[in-house]
Order: sequence, then C-alpha cells, then structure tokens
Amino acid sequence: MSRSDLSRSDSDAPTSFGARPDGHAEAPEPAPGIQQPRLGPVGWLRFLWRQLTSMRTALILLLLLALAAVPGSLVPQRTSDPNGVIQFQQQNPDGYKILDALGVFSTFASPWFSAIYLLLFVSLVGCIIPRTRHHLQALVAKPPRTPARLERLIGYTEATTAVDAPTAVAEGRRVLRRLGYRVENYPLPGGGDSVSAERGYLRETGNLIFHVALVGILLTVGVFGGFGYTGQRILVQDSTFTNVGSDYDSFIPGRFSSVDDLQPYQMRLESFRPTYAFNQTTGTWDPEDYVTRLSTRTPGGGWTKQELKINAPITVGGTQIYLLGNGYAPILTIRDSHGTVVKNEPTPFLAQDANLTSNGVLKVADGLTDSTGKPTQIGIQGFFRPTPPAGKDQILSAAPQLSPKADVFLSVYIGDLGLGGGTPQNVYTLDVAKLKLAAGRDPATSKTVGGGPIDLVRGQTATLPDGLGTITFSGIRRYVSLDIHHDPTPLPALVFALLVLGGLLLSLFVPRRRMWITAVTGEDGTRLRYAGLARGEDANLEAAVAEVAARHRAALGDPGDPDGPDDPRTPIPRM
Amino acid sequence: MTTDTLAAYSLLMAYSAIAVYAIAFVMYVLDLSRRTGSIPVAEASARAAVPAATTARAGGGTALLERVGSVTTRIAEGQAKSVNKATRFQRTAFALMIIAWVVHVGAVVLRGIAADRGPWANMYEFSLTGTAIIVGIFIVVNLWRDVKFLGAYITGFVVLMLGLAATNFYVAVAPTSPPLQSYWLYIHISVAMLATGFYAVGGGLAIVQLLQQAREKGRLTRGRFLATFPSSATLEAMSSRLIIVGFAFWTFTLMAGAIWAYHAWGRYWGWDTKEVWTFIVWVIFAGYIHARATRGWRGTRSAWLAIIGLAAVLFNFTIVNLFFHGLHAYSGLSTM
Ligand code: HEM
Repeated sequence: MSRSDLSRSDSDAPTSFGARPDGHAEAPEPAPGIQQPRLGPVGWLRFLWRQLTSMRTALILLLLLALAAVPGSLVPQRTSDPNGVIQFQQQNPDGYKILDALGVFSTFASPWFSAIYLLLFVSLVGCIIPRTRHHLQALVAKPPRTPARLERLIGYTEATTAVDAPTAVAEGRRVLRRLGYRVENYPLPGGGDSVSAERGYLRETGNLIFHVALVGILLTVGVFGGFGYTGQRILVQDSTFTNVGSDYDSFIPGRFSSVDDLQPYQMRLESFRPTYAFNQTTGTWDPEDYVTRLSTRTPGGGWTKQELKINAPITVGGTQIYLLGNGYAPILTIRDSHGTVVKNEPTPFLAQDANLTSNGVLKVADGLTDSTGKPTQIGIQGFFRPTPPAGKDQILSAAPQLSPKADVFLSVYIGDLGLGGGTPQNVYTLDVAKLKLAAGRDPATSKTVGGGPIDLVRGQTATLPDGLGTITFSGIRRYVSLDIHHDPTPLPALVFALLVLGGLLLSLFVPRRRMWITAVTGEDGTRLRYAGLARGEDANLEAAVAEVAARHRAALGDPGDPDGPDDPRTPIPRM
Repeated sequence: MTTDTLAAYSLLMAYSAIAVYAIAFVMYVLDLSRRTGSIPVAEASARAAVPAATTARAGGGTALLERVGSVTTRIAEGQAKSVNKATRFQRTAFALMIIAWVVHVGAVVLRGIAADRGPWANMYEFSLTGTAIIVGIFIVVNLWRDVKFLGAYITGFVVLMLGLAATNFYVAVAPTSPPLQSYWLYIHISVAMLATGFYAVGGGLAIVQLLQQAREKGRLTRGRFLATFPSSATLEAMSSRLIIVGFAFWTFTLMAGAIWAYHAWGRYWGWDTKEVWTFIVWVIFAGYIHARATRGWRGTRSAWLAIIGLAAVLFNFTIVNLFFHGLHAYSGLSTM
C-alpha cells in the first residue's frame, strides 16, 4: 500500500478507524470521477484488483456461493450418495445427461462452484493484507488528535470544575487508563488541554484472525487433505486384516499419498453384538447399540483388545477405524463327490434391508468335477434370512436377530466363472454370462430349474446338481464393514475453526471506541467536555461516555451533576 | 410412571400450551388493531422525528452524520414510547404467553424424561423443543428491549409449528439409532435451536423494519399501528444485534456438527444435504453482516437478506428433514 493509499483511508482523521475496503459503509466516499480508469493496461489491472477486493464484490461472491450450493442439495451427489445418482440416471436419463454435463452431481468440485470460492478467497487475501499492515501500524500508533468540534460526537457532555486544566486532564488520563484505554495528551489549539483515548484494538485483531483462519481452513482441506487415504474392508468374526494395500476391499489414495505409506498392523474381529429395540409405531426393529470387540497388533507387539463404538473410532498405525455396517456371513461347506472338503469358510452376505435379509455370492473355481469327471466351476447366488417370517407368502426376514430357524436359499450355476480374463471381479456379484443355471429360479423367466433353489437351515446338507458333491449350511458368523482411513487434516482444521470462532467473537462483541476529555480554564473555573466515537454499531457508547464523565468528576472530587448521575445531560445534537 | 404415560402427559401439556398461545395470539392481534385507533399523539411525534432522521441519513455520507441521525431517532422513539404505553391487551397477551411457555417447557421436560435423553431426536421433538426455545428467547429479549409488538408474529408461528408437529409429526418415544448417540449431538442441536431463536426474532424485526421503512417513505398507507412502533433505524439496529448473536451460535453449530460427523462417520465434512443447508444458512448470514457494512446495502437490502436467511433456516428444518435423503434423515417418520 502506498503512502497515498494510507492517506486516502485517512488514518489521521480522528473520526475514522483505519483502513476499510472500498465500498465499506464507513470508508470515505470516492470522489466523483475517480472510479473511471483513464489509464493503460496497468491502470486497468489496478482497477480490476480494487473491484475484486471491494466490500461489494465480497458480498456478491458470498451470496453467489450460497446460491451455487443449492443444486448440490437438491440433486444426489457422487461423493455422499452414489446410489442416489445411479437411481436418478435410471429414472430420468434425459435430465441426467444435462445435469451431468453441468457437473451438478459433483457440485462442490464443479468448475463454477470452485471459481466462486477461489475468487472469494483471492478477494479475501487481497483484503486482508492491506488491513493487516494497517492494523499493525495502528497497534503502535498514538490515539488520534482531539477533534475540534466535540459537540458533534456521541454522548457529548459538559461540566465545570474548580481544578485547573492540566490537573483535570491528568486525572482524566488516569481514569481512562484504568478503563483499558490507550491515552495521549494533546494541547488544544485555542488554549487548554485534552486527552485522547482509544480502546478495543482486539476488535480489528479478531476480525483479521477470523478472515485469515478461513484461508487456513481452505488451505488445510485443499493441500493437507491430499496426504490422506481411505479404504474399506469387510471383516468377518475371527478373521484377521493386515494393513497392506492388497488386504483392502477398496482403497482410494489421496493426491499425495499411496499404498506405500501404509503402516503394517493387524486387526482381528473378536465379536460383534448388536442390540435392537422394537419400535411400536413403525413396527420395525431399530438398532439400539453395537458392541464391537477388536484386537489389534502393531509390528513387534502383542494383541491388545479394544472396543469399537459407533461414535468412537479406534486409532491404530496412523489410521482411524470406523464402523460402517454389519451383517451375517453364513459358512457353506462344499464337498466333492468323494466327500473331500473343497471350500469351508464364511461368506459375507450384504444386507438388503433393516431386518438383514441378505444376498451373497460363493464362487468355487477349483476342485469340483461333474458326473463325467470333467473339472467344473460353480457359482452360487445366495439369499439369507436371520429370522424367517411366519407367513408362507412372505419372503423377507422378519427381524434382524439370528434365530435358530435362520435359512439360506441357494441358486447353483455351473460353467465358467470368467475368472481367467484378467479383469478384476467384484466378489459380491456373479457374472452369469458363461454360466448355466442348474438349480434355482431363473431371474429372467421366473421358472424353477432343477427342483428350485436349495433351501437349508443350519446343520442341513443337500446334494449339488450334476453329481458335483454336497453343500452344508454348517455355521454362521457376524461381520462388520469398516472404514479405515488416514486423514491429517482434522487437527489443523480444528485449530483454524477455533480461531475462526474466537476471532468472530472478539470482532463482534469487543467495542472499539474513542473517547475525549478536554479541559479549558476560564474566568469561573475549568470547563470540561466529554464525547466518544465508535466503530460500527455501539448502542452503549452514550452510557460509556456518561460513565467516564461520572468517574472523572468523582476522581476530581466534584459533586455529582445536579440532575443526578442517571442523566448525563445529553443535549439533542444540533443538525 | 411408564414411558408411555409420561409421553402422553407431555403431549397433553403441548396441546394445552398451543391453546394458551392461540389466545395470546388473538390478544396480540387485538392490541395491534387497538393501536390504530389510539395513535394521534404518537403519530404526530413520530412524524416530527422522521424527517429529521431521514435528513441526517440522506446527508450522511460520513459515518459521523449517520450516528447523529441514529441518536435523533432514538430520542424520537423514546417520546413515542412514553406516549404509547402498552395496551391492556398486550399486557394480557404477554402474561398468557409466559404461562403457555411454562406449560410448554413442562412438556419438553416430560418428553425428555420419558425418552431418557435430550428431547430432540425426531421432527416432533425438535419442533416441541425448538419452539420452546424461540419463545424463551423472545421473552428474554423483552428484558433487553421492548419488542412485544412482535408477539403476534411469534405466537402465530409457534401455534402453527407446534400444532403441525403435534398433529402430523407425532411419533412415540423410540430409542435413537446408534449414530445419534453422542453428546456432540446434544450440543450441536441445542445450540442450533438457540441460533434459530435469535434468527427468528431478528428476522421478525427485519420484516417490521421493511414495513416501517415503507410507511416512513409514505409508500404504505395501511397498517397505521406501525406508527406506534420504533423507527426503522432502531428496528434495524435491534435486528442486526440479535442476528449477530444468532450468527455466533450458528458458527458454533456448524463446528459442533462437524465434530459430531467426524466421530460418527469418520469425516467432518461430506456435503451431505443437511450439511449443505447449514453451510448455506451460514453464508447467507455472513453475507448479511457484510451487507450491513457495505455502502448501499444497509437498510432495505440487508433486511431482505435477514429474511431470506430465516427462510433458509426454516426450509432446512422442515422441507430438508422431510423430503431429502441423507445421513441426517432423522424425522422419525416412516414415510421417508
Ligand atoms: C470467505 C468469505 C468471507 C466470509 C465467510 C466472511 C465473513 C465475515 C463475517 C462473519 C464478518 C463479521 C465478523 C467480523 O467482523 O469478523 C465479516 C466482517 C468483515 N469482512 Fe468478511 N468474510 C469473507 C470475505 C471477506 C472479504 C473478501 C473481504 C474484503 C473485501 C471482507 C471484509 C470484511 C470486513 C471489512 C469486515 C468488517 C465489517 C465491519 O466493519 O463491520 N470479508 N466477514
């Protein structure tokens, strides 16, 4: 900021408080004609910069930001509701195309939304820098010269005293200092003495902290956020997860991180115990609490038991582990025609509703031969109900708890699972392109094939079609799905957020005031005058001036005003 | 007593409170209509004061003159007030309102005991507790400045909201789902309701301010009771004071919500529908505060921003809760 800029914001004028952005209601009105740039390219750039960093632009950008966020709430977002986006696409393909082209499904990463907040933050930085510089100067500057026409200011009060002017001002100085004002004496041009006082520098400090901390939050999220990563993993009871890339079901690294940054630790699910309560109104079972016990082990250490609560993640190896969901993993034991066990492990089934009606897929690539002795692959599409409904015509599970009658329905496909192609496969879906339904209900025709789906309760065994062998529903385990992530931003974000809040409170509730006392000795004693000025709205300023006057008079040993201290004799200001 | 009996008593008290609020509303309206008939003196003094204030404003390119203007209007308002003592209707209405509020708070407390947790886990409870906090703030604000002339607006709103909640949103006491069990949720929601209370009273003042402005400029000939209200400049000052307090609470709401989300879902910000609207409300009111400091935006435009902000708060609470999907979908209604 140049010297002339400083004088433009007239820091010396007693009735103006420091640098205000262009267009601020308390900034001096620009002289007519000054707004018209009559300069070359540099002049134009300067003009544009001043426009961008003006109060009006900040305001317009703020309002635009609010407006631009609205579509992001009306339309499902890829990041927070990916299924909603797919649903939208299916229900409204034409609208989807238009909205997708506009980026509405990723509103908060869209170019238009980013443009608004980036401009806003450029404007913010352009606004903060000159104000900070100016405020630093104000912090070491003396209170401004006493204005000549005090009677035009707020709370103007007059009084007379017997003591001489220098003594009265010295006493006034003490009174003001005790009230937290910074003070400076100025002799009056026409004779007499005065003290000029100012307080509440924290107001501007708070305002600057607030705005700087906003920039801090943006930088934290935008830059620090890139060092994090996030992944998901379904963990079945009694099984172990190792924190390496290949052990995740899905893994998304940040912009500046990769799987190489993972610290190897191990984690085992010991038990998962949910409790449910019956909701009379809706007739459904609502989850009441989840008790999840995990053991973790860092390299070189032993297993330590920990409890994972829904609102309290576990922190281990630089990651935080959250409970996302839960479900059942039936153990389906498959034996070949000689009775040799081919597969015997829990398979997580994904919940389809609140009562945990679940779907799952089992793939057996090796070890089975059909009746002709030819090696065959099978895929099983399973349907699981923890509590089968009482009525025969009902299909879905009646409650989320595990009952002794829990059952599975299995459709068996025979042929080629398509695992050889090299394309990674989703373990929760079955690619039936090269498979033939051997037992079950054909989803396309609804016809039953091979005697329909295999229906088993725990402990039961059925034979597989084509003399492949047998399948046994031999047990059941609970599983939890976990969100495992590393995010370095929460702590700095919290620090900046606290600075935002602290700065805001200072800036909104600390009054910034100037106060003057003048004393002129005349024929019949010394005439005292008091007045104040505030930055922004300050409903209590008159009372504050009255208090200063009262304390000062008391310190001088003067009797109270004849009208009493309640009435500081505020005259109606002259227009 | 069982949970269900307690909840039933709570509902009964809520209905009683609605009835008393409704009577208070009628009294407040009668008060307003009464003022039309008894204003000649107040009208005259307000009229006399207005040109002075507006002159000061019009000439007020500098901050200095504007201040002088506001002092003048404050004095003028003092005169108007001394002439226009509260009518009997208004005093009765305010007393009834306090009685209704005590019963209302009783309903909130009983519901909390019945549910054995903070009574704000679904739409019904949120409406019940939220309206109690709005009325509470209105009563407290009246200890600071006399804004009883907003009584019809506040009681009208509360009767509507509470009536709708009791008849359409009512749900039996149910345990909260695990993600809702956190003390950050208690802090988050209770502070959000406090902020809403300040926004509601501040927004009401902004509405009256706009009407008053229109009257002062001679554009409004009906609604002569406005002559007994404070000047638009005073209304604006009170309104902005309350909204600033509301904004401080809302900033805290936003932060507490982020901390809760971090504990529950492992991220502090995910642009979930409810988060988006909390953000929108915050930005609108930040805009409001800026508008109050921007030349050409004080007065009418900033008042409109306050009203838009309040509308966004109410939209966030009603429409978003009922019709939008998201993690915060906790209206407790099975239609969702
Ligand atoms: C990121 C967007 C912004 C937000 C959310 C924001 C928010 C706020 C808030 C809440 C206040 C009132 C509290 C306080 O005084 O500290 C405020 C005041 C202020 N802001 Fe901003 N602001 C933003 C950007 C800007 C920009 C770009 C400028 C510069 C042109 C600016 C200049 C000011 C000034 C001068 C004040 C003091 C107003 C007064 O004198 O009363 N702000 N801002």
